[in-house]
Amino acid sequence: MKRILALCMAAIFGFASLAMAADDTVRIGVFLPLTGQNAFGGQLELEGVQMAHKEAGTVLGKKVELFVVDNKSDKVEAANATKRLIEKEKVQAIIGTYGSSLAMAGGEVSEKAGIPQVGTSCTNPLVTQGKKYIFRVCFIDPLQGAGAATYAYKTLGFKKAAMLVDVANDYSVGLSNFFKKSFTKLGGQVVSTLNYQSGDQDFTAQLTKIISEKPDVLFIPSYFAEGAIIMKQAKELGATFKIMGGDAMDNPDIVKIGGKAVEGFVQTTFPYDPSMKNMNPTAKKFTDTWKATHPADKEPNVNAALGYDAYMIIIDAIKRANSAKPEDITKALAATKGFEGVTGSTTINETHDAVKPIGMIIIKDGKKVYEGEITPEL
Amino acid sequence: MTPEMFIQHALNSLTLGSLYALIAIGYTMVYGILRLINFAHSEIFMLGAYFVFWGVSLFSLPWPLAVAASIVFTAGLGIMVDRIAYRPLRDAPRISALISSIGVSFFLQNVAIVFFQAIPRGVYRPEWMEQPWIVGAVRILPITLFVPVLSVLFMLGLLYIVYRTKTGLGMRAISKDIETSYLMGVNVNRVIAITFGIGSALAAASGIMWALRYPQIQPMMGTIPGFKAFIAAVFGGIGSIQGAVVGGVVLGFIEIMTVAFFPDLAGYRDAFAFVLLIGVLLFKPTGLFGARVEDKV
Repeated sequence: MKRILALCMAAIFGFASLAMAADDTVRIGVFLPLTGQNAFGGQLELEGVQMAHKEAGTVLGKKVELFVVDNKSDKVEAANATKRLIEKEKVQAIIGTYGSSLAMAGGEVSEKAGIPQVGTSCTNPLVTQGKKYIFRVCFIDPLQGAGAATYAYKTLGFKKAAMLVDVANDYSVGLSNFFKKSFTKLGGQVVSTLNYQSGDQDFTAQLTKIISEKPDVLFIPSYFAEGAIIMKQAKELGATFKIMGGDAMDNPDIVKIGGKAVEGFVQTTFPYDPSMKNMNPTAKKFTDTWKATHPADKEPNVNAALGYDAYMIIIDAIKRANSAKPEDITKALAATKGFEGVTGSTTINETHDAVKPIGMIIIKDGKKVYEGEITPEL
Repeated sequence: MTPEMFIQHALNSLTLGSLYALIAIGYTMVYGILRLINFAHSEIFMLGAYFVFWGVSLFSLPWPLAVAASIVFTAGLGIMVDRIAYRPLRDAPRISALISSIGVSFFLQNVAIVFFQAIPRGVYRPEWMEQPWIVGAVRILPITLFVPVLSVLFMLGLLYIVYRTKTGLGMRAISKDIETSYLMGVNVNRVIAITFGIGSALAAASGIMWALRYPQIQPMMGTIPGFKAFIAAVFGGIGSIQGAVVGGVVLGFIEIMTVAFFPDLAGYRDAFAFVLLIGVLLFKPTGLFGARVEDKV
């Protein structure tokens, strides 16, 4: 009996592997941080990818198969995850990831294997630098830092800024550098720059110092977990300056954690938010589908939108190339122009980064309000 | 630096330091009696904070009741950890129990990730805790005064238990010589279970206080405070309850004042804690209050 069962199993597995070898599916890998410190972003992005997959499950008459691996918010795991996707799952293109350092670790592997990879929200310039197969659907840090500075100086009329930077995080350091550059170039002054390290919970010492410098605005290029706590402690210590941040603060939970302290917080982000008024048709459809499939208190956010766009831009490339060979997908991706995604019209430039406007969000009455777009002055 | 600013820094230091002290008391107590560095303390600390969050959000308990329930629950959990992971290793070399505690620590952390997800969550705080008192340019949060008082009360309570009760006598006997304690009729397992119960209740109390001060909880939240409290305990003389309190407060002051006086080094303040640990181990391994442990002949 056992032997028969084993034979049956062998036959089934044999068939399965035959079917896989056949050329009737397109295999797309996804590597995202589903656990660890970046999990909140990774999970949202995965939901976006899965939504897109549900909508566009076939391309060129073939079924698209998704292979999801968790990179555990860890650089070594990210490289392993990419390797597994390429060698074991034989994927033709890869989506990922949230977190620039993770994207760099995974990108190295992809680049060597010649498999195109489309980053979701990895905004550090180094991610695509000198790479042939690495792309992204998000803009890069210099634009964001400069965007925040431009908004602070020109729109809000601030002259004195302070910064609180996570020294252990490339993203945070990158954003702060470009904020400073742009803000001083415009004529403002950065009066103090203080540091902390990812995972810190107590910022009272830094904030006490910053408050004594009396800046008009504090720029915190942090992740939302730390950002919300920084704002809470700043309010408790009596800070009255405006606080600004980048897209890593874009999480629906920020109001839940920060409460009244996040009121008035301004952040740069990708040009998508469920609260925006003039939505393009893709964004409208995305928002409606999300709201129909999720509980009412779970709003879509920009991470989910970028996950969605990353998937769709690959499908678009496959269609244009009329082939799902990694080499052809890569060529088509590099030639993407005016792709209409949830996060606006995207053109891939010569460094493989997405060119798109920068959105500004303000928290008003405990809700995120999309203020509009801004062109940063570098 | 203006005097107001210095006072503000000092108050910040006192809050952070007494939080470390609170965690360190629980650490040092288990060590004092069993000579076991209980790495799982950080995770018990994290679970204590989560239980309150659950009590309030899931079972909509009133806040004080949720705190009480969490402390009772966590004490039970600590006793269970001892029963499952440490008691079977009582006669094994000390290193086995240490490794087992690291295992428990990772296990609890991963269980928390699976059940609670890695997403940080906000914590409910009673209204009065959100409002700072403003004296001139200095702002004092209620918790700034609350935690040091609590730390000292817990310290006195523990000293009373250890030096004035029968269970305490048992604890001291076990810390001197566990085999002889068995022979002398001390119910060793019961006394150790009580030790873990108290130690874990203290971990829960400090986890709750921590979450009130830094109102955000996530499964990895115990790691860094746990390390810091360990350093505080070693600095004060591991095993000494007063030492843990003093060590914690001193560590808090060192951390905040480093940032206050050398703002450029703010990003590396954890390094100062570890430098302190290495320094203590090199020059005064027994810490401030630690007695030299005689080798048994």
